Amino acid sequence: MVDFVGLYNYWIVVFLMMAGLYVVIEHGNLVKKMVGLTVFQAAVFVLYITLGKVRDGTAPIVAEGIEIYSNPLPHVLILTAIVVGVATLALGLALVVRIREAYGTIEEDEIGDQDGPAI
Amino acid sequence: MTAHLPALQVVLTLLAAPACILVRGRDLAFLLALSTTWAAFAVSCLLLDQVLTTGTISYELGGWAAPFGIEYRVDALNAFVLLIVSGIGAVVLPFTPRSLLIEMVGEKAYLFYCAFLLCLTGLLGVAITGDAFNLFVFLEISSLASCILISLGPHRRALTAAFQYLVVGTIGATFIVIGIGLIYGATGTLNMNDIAERLPATGYNRTVIAAFAFLIVGAAIKLALFPLHFWLPKAYTYAPSTVSAFLAATATKVGVYVLIRFLFTVFGVEFSFEVLPTALPLMVLAVLAMFVASTIAIFQDSVKRMLAYSSVAQIGYMVLGLSLVTVDGLTASVVHLFNHALMKGALFLAIGCIAYRQASFRIEDFAGMGRRMPWTMAAFTAGGLSLIGIPLTAGFISKWYLILAALAADEPLIAALIVISSLLAVIYIWRVVEAAYFREPPPGAPTGEAPAALLVPTWLLIALNVYFGIETSLPVGVAEHAARALMGAGP
Amino acid sequence: MRDLLILRVVTKLLMPFILIFALYVQFHGDYGPGGGFQAGVIFGAGFILYGLVFGLDDLRGVLSSDVLRAGFALGVLIFAGVGVAGLLLGGNYLDYNVLAHDPVHGQHLGILLIEFGVGVTVASVMVSIFYYFAGRER
Repeated sequence: MVDFVGLYNYWIVVFLMMAGLYVVIEHGNLVKKMVGLTVFQAAVFVLYITLGKVRDGTAPIVAEGIEIYSNPLPHVLILTAIVVGVATLALGLALVVRIREAYGTIEEDEIGDQDGPAI
Repeated sequence: MTAHLPALQVVLTLLAAPACILVRGRDLAFLLALSTTWAAFAVSCLLLDQVLTTGTISYELGGWAAPFGIEYRVDALNAFVLLIVSGIGAVVLPFTPRSLLIEMVGEKAYLFYCAFLLCLTGLLGVAITGDAFNLFVFLEISSLASCILISLGPHRRALTAAFQYLVVGTIGATFIVIGIGLIYGATGTLNMNDIAERLPATGYNRTVIAAFAFLIVGAAIKLALFPLHFWLPKAYTYAPSTVSAFLAATATKVGVYVLIRFLFTVFGVEFSFEVLPTALPLMVLAVLAMFVASTIAIFQDSVKRMLAYSSVAQIGYMVLGLSLVTVDGLTASVVHLFNHALMKGALFLAIGCIAYRQASFRIEDFAGMGRRMPWTMAAFTAGGLSLIGIPLTAGFISKWYLILAALAADEPLIAALIVISSLLAVIYIWRVVEAAYFREPPPGAPTGEAPAALLVPTWLLIALNVYFGIETSLPVGVAEHAARALMGAGP
Repeated sequence: MRDLLILRVVTKLLMPFILIFALYVQFHGDYGPGGGFQAGVIFGAGFILYGLVFGLDDLRGVLSSDVLRAGFALGVLIFAGVGVAGLLLGGNYLDYNVLAHDPVHGQHLGILLIEFGVGVTVASVMVSIFYYFAGRER
């Protein structure tokens, strides 16, 4: 039981990850798909930040009288991953805007109905 | 300067991409992109030469020593992949200024060149880096850039194809990054060689197994391994033909490279194939890819879509080779990696030539193409023969080594399946050839050869297909070298 | 939102602080928490706030699309250029030690320039994304 509660951040990670993935798969609305994708990526950010935490450690800034620091490397990695996530989101939404201009809708099934056979 | 070649390999195109935005002019941007792509090709030739004479090259970015800083590590395998990627880039790029694509985007062509260079940078970076997280970043650079390239397709369906590619690609990349995070949690390092050294000490606990699963599934999405291939046919069908040629010949190849790298270098043969039974599922999926995708290809009405499904089948051959877990099997995989880049590049470029004359790629609109565009159709046929694996073409060499490897691994059934699936390729290529040469051209059909600027790159790739079908020492030699290193005791 | 007096006044009051804070995060990045990514986003957010309240046309008068385009290209060029400078001065790519006469000084200079490049790129990309989405309906 203690383990179960003590690892709560991993449970949050798993929950967010599955929720995000479910939204991506389930929703036909393209904007909601992007939202799901972002939640899915955010779960990974939480996973990395969790890995970086050292018990009793403080923020990794050198200061008097502090000996245990948390691991800063996962934070740096996740900073990069966040930027990648922002770029993905921006590109995805830009595509959604273009799709809406071309088809007049952002619902996947309505888009599928509009095109004839493959070229 | 030769010591800095690994850095230059990535930096040249990275510098040229923003420079394209600054120069703005269409021709100036093209010249800039062309010269840097050729320079990158030259660099990768020099790197391959250097690796073959002196062995593995290690380059420390920023002067920080290996396990702590980011290391670029070039061995025979990734030097070869670098050569394929930059070589295809160097051949495809001269095709662009006369292609339909550039005429469509007009004055904004410099943005296309910027995206192309970024995509190339990403693919080269994935291949060259020795750092697992760096690999993820480059993978995303390439997949975001290729998503832009796909969305430039002439039909509005290119947009939805690009969107699907973006979503699926991001899920794949995120799986990879989860796997890398779990490995980092288990071993405390991100350098691939360092991970390989430290993994046995973890006792292969559950974290490592979960990381393995995430990484392999992520890589399988990226390389479009059956049944995770569903994004690929749509993307390659609606992308501009130049882009299809470039991506079909490079992006999935880099995906296969990532899979090989993780299976053989990072996790090692012992863990990947002895502790866990990875070989059998990979082999089954590869065989399924060969048959299911080839069968679907037979029933396609669109030639471009048919080629896309054929790509999925060909990826099956590559994965089949590595799933034998022998030096011969890996050699066949890597040889096919190279040869398939040549033939699919050539076929999609031929499609690009046809796109210059007519918008439709449906088989019935190919009627009489052999008379309407003789040179283009001859190139298509030659590429198709190579795809089937007729002797004296590169495709034959791949199949030959693959069958030999299957026989050597005591899998005669697999060898037979390879031959049978090649017959499926005969059927789908024949449908196009039949329409092009044995049907009368419809009255008023667009007639006339594509301009030389389009034909020369296409025929250059066809010539390479024939050349490497006869003179096999380069791909086979390098592939064998790489396979021995991968199957040896660790990296 | 032009005619909402409170929003206009508060925005005008906040702008200098947002931009100064962005510059602080930018240039303090080599000593403490901060750096180009965060600073770029804060800097961009300041302009986006201005654009939201005073309208796109006013913002375009300050930062035209051409300036932004040059901005994000230049930022990447600065980043890669610092790396190449390291190469030319005899170190590895992105080696800051050789940028100045002693390594510590070189590290400071290197990270400052790199983060400056990152900051310029991120700020201009952020504003460009805003332009793209906000200006699309016109």
